Amino acid sequence: MTGGRPRLWELLERRGRALVSGIPLGWLSLFFLIPFLIVLKISFSEARLAMPPYAPLLVRTGAHTLAIHMHLENYRLLASDPLYLDSLLYSLRVAAGSTLCCLLLGYPMALAIARAHPARRHLLLMAIILPFWTSFLLRVYAWIGLLQDNGVINHLLLSLHLIHQPLVMVNTTFAVYVGIVYSYLPFMVLPLYANLEKHDATLLEAAADLGARPWRAFCRITLPLSGPGIMAGVLLVFIPAVGEFVIPSLLGPANQLMIGRVVSNEFFENRDWPTASALAIVLLLLLLAPIVLLQRYRRRELASA
Amino acid sequence: MTDSDRHIAARAADAYLQLHELGKRYGEVPAVDAVSLDIRRGEIFCLLGASGSGKTTLLRLLAGFETPDTGRVLLDDEDITAVPPYRRPLNMMFQSYALFPHLSVERNVAFGLEQEQLTRGEIMRRVGEILEVVRMGALARRKPHQLSGGQRQRVALARALVKRPKLLLLDEPLAALDRKLREHTQFELLNIQQELGVTFVVVTHDQEEAMTLATRIGVMDHGRIVQVGTPREIYQQPLTRFVAGFIGSVNLLEGRVLERQADRAQLHCDELPVPLLVPWPAGAGAPGATGAAAAGVSAAGVGAALWVALRPEQLRLSRARPEQPYNWAQGVIREVAYRGDLSVYLVRLPGGRELRATLANSGAGSAAVELTRDVPVYLCWEADSAVVGSD
Repeated sequence: MTGGRPRLWELLERRGRALVSGIPLGWLSLFFLIPFLIVLKISFSEARLAMPPYAPLLVRTGAHTLAIHMHLENYRLLASDPLYLDSLLYSLRVAAGSTLCCLLLGYPMALAIARAHPARRHLLLMAIILPFWTSFLLRVYAWIGLLQDNGVINHLLLSLHLIHQPLVMVNTTFAVYVGIVYSYLPFMVLPLYANLEKHDATLLEAAADLGARPWRAFCRITLPLSGPGIMAGVLLVFIPAVGEFVIPSLLGPANQLMIGRVVSNEFFENRDWPTASALAIVLLLLLLAPIVLLQRYRRRELASA
Repeated sequence: MTDSDRHIAARAADAYLQLHELGKRYGEVPAVDAVSLDIRRGEIFCLLGASGSGKTTLLRLLAGFETPDTGRVLLDDEDITAVPPYRRPLNMMFQSYALFPHLSVERNVAFGLEQEQLTRGEIMRRVGEILEVVRMGALARRKPHQLSGGQRQRVALARALVKRPKLLLLDEPLAALDRKLREHTQFELLNIQQELGVTFVVVTHDQEEAMTLATRIGVMDHGRIVQVGTPREIYQQPLTRFVAGFIGSVNLLEGRVLERQADRAQLHCDELPVPLLVPWPAGAGAPGATGAAAAGVSAAGVGAALWVALRPEQLRLSRARPEQPYNWAQGVIREVAYRGDLSVYLVRLPGGRELRATLANSGAGSAAVELTRDVPVYLCWEADSAVVGSD
């Protein structure tokens, strides 16, 4: 058949747009939307010692009747037991703190890379991305080696006679900060760099020409223009940091749990799937707020650009 | 007092901005090469040159964005060579305008005043005033991306002028505008300059723009200023072959000196059937000898090679053979370009060289009717209309 190929081509051309956006849409519904609905369903059912460990949502009560059992107890439990609220606030606090640290560390780094000589920029960007070549878990374990009582840092400080007793750093909130800031710094630097790299250098010359010292020019021109980059970096660090599970488990204090650890405990240790699901849903709704905010901000940016 | 100080003091009489032996290299290449220049208060000085001639680097040295390797810059007798850009009492209008995209027109213009110790009311008053001058008052709350090219240009001008600078630097101020708007804006710039009495230094590659705007022009080539003069001087008395060729269109002939008279000389040119008679400058140092080129010419003896520049509008075309025994050529019209007010003729000489002549089109039944393609013609000109040089 000679006409086969062109006809296929024609089809692709006409349907190309739908196809291209259809693939990620299909992927997301398969691996995000459907699992989300399942979790939502479980969050409304009653826990049971069975397999699966929760009661069905739909129950046949008669020959022709189907009842929906919406069990709201799980959500009530979240509100009544201070453990959940406490660990949620702790998570938000740690995430916000480490996001701020990432921003304060990452902004000067991104700015330095953006203003470096083009030939050196790629090298510096490589240095930012390089840690990804090693396993995440391995890198967090390495921090235990650095931070523990007889670890590298304490050893160094002791031998320099700066301290007389080893500092307790591992299994503290401080170690969680260190771990999160270290692991998520690239996610702050990269979007900031992408933004700063596009800035027009003559704007700063214009500011200087109009009498603004370098610091003022930075505050009035560079900083406001990098708003979208800051926004993207902050969300990319903050959102996963709130639910972070591995870092606080390995480096964090045993008596103060972050919300990701609580969800995991409910699932695997208590086998209380409904409570864990309810917790996951609440967390998701909480984190949805800043994303919606970002979208609105982006749309405004687009409208004015 | 060093020699250089004494030199500067001697030139300071009417100079407002003085550049003294200013130099800047990028690697081995000198971008600006020992430029000395005096610019007077209230004048519009145009730095004219092709791209890569160093004119933009020179402007950036004046603004303070680049540090010179050698030399000094004095503004109103104050050495500003080492003063950072944010403390120089001058402002610049950028070629790209460099408007702050996140600020409204009003806030853009206010930016410079906010760096000074001024009250909010004073700032608003001055911003309002200058926006009226550039006729942008109605659009004060727009963002730069909501403006046309011409409107952006006016905002950039207002932003630079609102600081009441002693000196305004303009980098290709009209390059981003279309032709019609450019002409209009040129005259507007002149009006504003006269109204506010600010000294302008304008960088441009457009000779027409320089001719219209400038009180004086400095022609730049390879990082050096090759000639400074009024537009008329630059056009009528180019000192070098480069200036003659760069400004306007010109016919350049080469000849050798046959015979020298008091204020004339006869030259032999291979492409002409008769000798070239050209004006001869008086000896070096005498009045009328202007600059290096003239000095070089007056020193040239019999047999020396010189260039002769003839402007197209100074050539006359005729069907009949001229009676004068010098300064004419014979050829065939190759091309006629009708330009409304005038026509441009390309005439090919027997040797293959083409000369350009322009004739004003006056009235309907002018001689131009019979001057068409492939018609043999004579070209002739007056001795005084030629310019000679030796470089």
